[in-house]
Parts: sequence; C-alpha cells; structure tokens
Amino acid sequence: MADVKKIATRAAYGEFLVEEGAKRPELVAMSADLSGSNKTDGFEKAYPERFIECGISEQDMYAQAAGLALSGKVVCASTFAMFAAGRAYEIIRNSIGYTGANVKICATHGGITVGEDGASHQTFEDLALMREIPGMAVVNPADAVSTKALLGKLVGTPGPAYVRLGRANVPVIYDENQTFEVGKAITLREGSDATIIATGIMVSEALEAAETLSEEGICVRVIDMHTIKPLDAETIVKAAEETGAIVTAEEHSVLGGLGGAVAEVVVRSCPVRVEMVGQQDTFGESGKPADLLKKYGMTAEDIAAAVRKVVK
Amino acid sequence: MKERNYTELENTARKVRINALKAIHRANSGHPGGSLSVTDILVALYFDHMNIDPENPKMDGRDRLVLSKGHAVPALYATLGERGYFDVEEMMSLRQIDSKFQGHPNMNKVPGIEMSTGSLGQGFSVAVGMAIAGKMDSSSAKVFAVTGDGELQEGIIWEAAMAASKYKLDNFVAIVDANGLQIDGNVDDVKKVAPIDEKFAAFGFNTITCDGHSMKELCEALDSVDHECGRPTVIVCRTHKGQGVSFMTDQAGWHGKAPNDEQLAAAIEELGGDR
Repeated sequence: MADVKKIATRAAYGEFLVEEGAKRPELVAMSADLSGSNKTDGFEKAYPERFIECGISEQDMYAQAAGLALSGKVVCASTFAMFAAGRAYEIIRNSIGYTGANVKICATHGGITVGEDGASHQTFEDLALMREIPGMAVVNPADAVSTKALLGKLVGTPGPAYVRLGRANVPVIYDENQTFEVGKAITLREGSDATIIATGIMVSEALEAAETLSEEGICVRVIDMHTIKPLDAETIVKAAEETGAIVTAEEHSVLGGLGGAVAEVVVRSCPVRVEMVGQQDTFGESGKPADLLKKYGMTAEDIAAAVRKVVK
Repeated sequence: MKERNYTELENTARKVRINALKAIHRANSGHPGGSLSVTDILVALYFDHMNIDPENPKMDGRDRLVLSKGHAVPALYATLGERGYFDVEEMMSLRQIDSKFQGHPNMNKVPGIEMSTGSLGQGFSVAVGMAIAGKMDSSSAKVFAVTGDGELQEGIIWEAAMAASKYKLDNFVAIVDANGLQIDGNVDDVKKVAPIDEKFAAFGFNTITCDGHSMKELCEALDSVDHECGRPTVIVCRTHKGQGVSFMTDQAGWHGKAPNDEQLAAAIEELGGDR
C-alpha cells in the first residue's frame, strides 16, 4: 500500500468547487468560519463575489443557503458534519428539505477520523439524520475521484443533497475513467461467499479485508454504496440472493446509517444474515485517526472478522 | 408624497380579517391573534408597496415577502386571495385534509407564498439569503421578512441580522409585528426582547417605529426605506394581538384558538359585516 496515492475527500471537494465555479456562474459556496478546513478557501480566492463567509453561525448559514437557492443559485454550504447535520438539523429539515431547495450540504470532518478534536467534533449520526429527510439525497464518497464525480452529478441535479466528506487522507481507489451515478452502487470485487457493503472511507478497508479473506479461501463481493439515499436496493437484494450474507461497513453509528438502510431492504426482500461494522452506540474520543478506527472497531480486520462470523 | 386612498386599504384589511377568521373558524383550528395583528402590515405591502404580479407569481425582479411568523398565514392567504393570486373562497379549506392551504405556509402549494415557514426565526434568515442573492444579481427588488416580537427570542434572527448588516443589504426590510404577546404571556415577561429598535440599531440597522394599524404610518415607513442606502432596515410595528375584534384584542389566549359560531358572528359584525 506504500505507493497508493492518498487524498482527503475534503481536498477533492475544494478542487471540485474551483473547477465547477468556472463552468457554473450560478454556483455559490458558503462556509461558517472553517474555509481552510472545509476547503472552500480555493473557491473564495477564485470567485470572491460568489463566496459567503457566514462566521460561526451554522444555522444561519443553512437558512441563508435556502434563500440563495430559492433565488436561482446552486449552493454548496460547508462546515463540519457535526454542526451541519447536528446543530442545523431542523433548519436543514424545514428550510431546505421541506422546500426542496437546491442546496448541497457539503459536510466535512465526518466520523471518527476527525481525530484529535475528540467526541464533540466526531459525528456518527449524520447519515441517519439526513436520510430521514424526504427528498434529501445522501452521498458518502470513498475517495477523491468519486467525490468529484458525484458532486458533479449532484450539482447538475436540482434538489437538496447531503455529502459527507472526510478530514483524513484516504487511498484513491478509482481511476479517472470510472463513471458514477447517484443511487447506483459500484461492485468493486466479485465474490460468492458473502458481500461487504461499505460506504465512505470504509470502502478501502473493505477491499483490504476481501484480500485477507481470499487468502483464507473466503471469496467476498465488495460493493461501494456511495449513495445511502436513494439506496440501490436492486444491488443489495442481488447480493443477498447470490451470496447469502452481508456485512455493512461505515464510519458511522451502526444504528440508522448504512447498516440500518441495508437491513431495511434485506428484511423485506431477501432475509439473510447482516452484520454491521461501525461505531457501536458510543461517543468517540481524541486520538490519531488510525488508532481511533482500531479502538472503535472500524478497520479491515474488523470487517474480516464480521465476514468470518456470517459465513461460519 | 404619493397620493393614497387609505380608506380603501383599510376596507381591504377589514375583508382580510373577516376571511382569515372565517377560515380559522371553518377549520376549528388556527391562530387568530397574530393573524389579526399582522393584517394591516400585509395589506400595506401587497396592496400599496410591493412590485408583484398576481398573474405571474414568479415574475422576474419581483419583491418578495417571507412570513417568518408562519402561524399568521391565514392573514397572508386572505391577503393573497384578495389581491388575486387565487379565489379567496379556496382558502376556506385551511388546515383540512387535501387542502393546499396548510396550517403553516407551503411555497410549493400556494401561488404567492415565497417560503415555507412555521419554525420560527428561519424565515428571517432565509430572506437574508434571498437579499444576498439579489445583491449578487444587481437586482433592485426588495425582500421583506415579517416576524413576530416573541420570535426575536430565536437566536438565528440575530445571526442573520449580523449578516444583513455585513452585506449592507439595503434591499432587506425586516418588519416586526410587535403585538407584545406570545403563547405563555407578555413577551417581555417570558424573555425580554425590548428595546427592539435599539437592539437592531446596535446590529447596524436603520430603524423605524410606527403604528402597525395605521395605513398612513405603514405606507410612509415603507416609502422611506426606498431612500435607504448601504444598510438593512427594520420597521418595528406596534400592534395589538387580535386587532379589530374587541374580545380578542391583547389576549394571549387567542393566540391559537378558533372562534366558535357565536364568536365568529360577533367578530364579523364588529368588523363591519360580511359584505
């Protein structure tokens, strides 16, 4: 893995904004005092007249974003996932979701890989909260390439969307020619003994787990579920039918996120065993991202152990 | 000074009050107190001041109004109906199943409604976003945000006020329907918001105070905003909850209670009858 290129999905978002801003004069970016961290600063430099610095007021930012969108702008509004999905939840629900405003909530620093800032800044609830809102697309890209491609699709489609981006550098797993559709999962590896359905930064962990398992003679399918909503139920049911067991992997609570969404599909259409790898209904703490992923059970080894459990 | 027929505006407000009360009575649910306190403000805006076209509710360059105190929507529906956005009889389905006329405004159901509101404070901030967009587009259109005084207890109002000032939004006008009451009692007992004008002044606003039931004062206050440059305006309108109906006036108990048959008849009579 030493020569694998690593880029944070937030960095890819920053590049996307600058590139897309040139093509799309109606694109507006917003930030709540974190433009260096959420990578909106490049857009700010390139298009200062279309950048809104909201200061430390996330609720105001998302309500203003609705106002801008309802005036014909396409808005990418960014802060940490904790303060977007968490603090501004009800504003996003009522002023963006209920109106159908064309706001892309580009939330950075999702999950435990926020690292040293600790529990107050580590959100494991955002995917669950956002997927409850009618009409809200929920996307959690695995790498830099998929981040840019999926953002491109979202920005070109009217309506609200939540995009979860990460702080830490993560492996680039796709080549530039890969095509992406919102709501269409990507099968990265074929297999028949079980299926790992992963989202966000856990996709690369899932690929690593699959490699380990293949050495043990366990052949697993790996799916990148970059879109939590609308969920690609067809691909999930097919995996359940063909492989007989599913392990979900997310840098998010095992309650209500990808695991919950997959289980909702499976119990109705093709009940099979589902194990969920993710944060176990507990708060995080300070530490280095890799140490935290290990301590809280979100590594390739944890995914492999879950697969061993379901294939028996 | 523009020549105006204030009597005609007052007569329109009278009809708006009656229709708002009839719809609330029909639904046996709704908010008469705040609807009656905001009526004159809405009539002055929609019948005298705003650049709008009921035939073309989405007209480019139109002025926009966000009713941040969304619970007063019966008065807004009645105003829009009277102004010709739809047949006013349609709003008599207020709050009933399958009706377009939801208990709080839904912009995707009723023509003329610019923003879905109901959760207090947000409309003010959304309107600031609209005004920023207007500045980006070099539009001369204005955005009006109508709030209650109790609503000023919401923190987002002051977050947005800072933004309005920072972006020098002279196209943004906040209008406070200061009826002095909220569900749990007097606004200044529940959580003091006074002095409203001084607070907004400290946030960089041009402040105007007027009698929110005087068409003359309302129209003149709105006229004066046209000359304001480089800063947002707040018009603090002193009003009475339940204005126009003596037994509802200044009664917190009429915030969210529908009149019964006799009360409706008495209210209509007091408002000059259903002509």
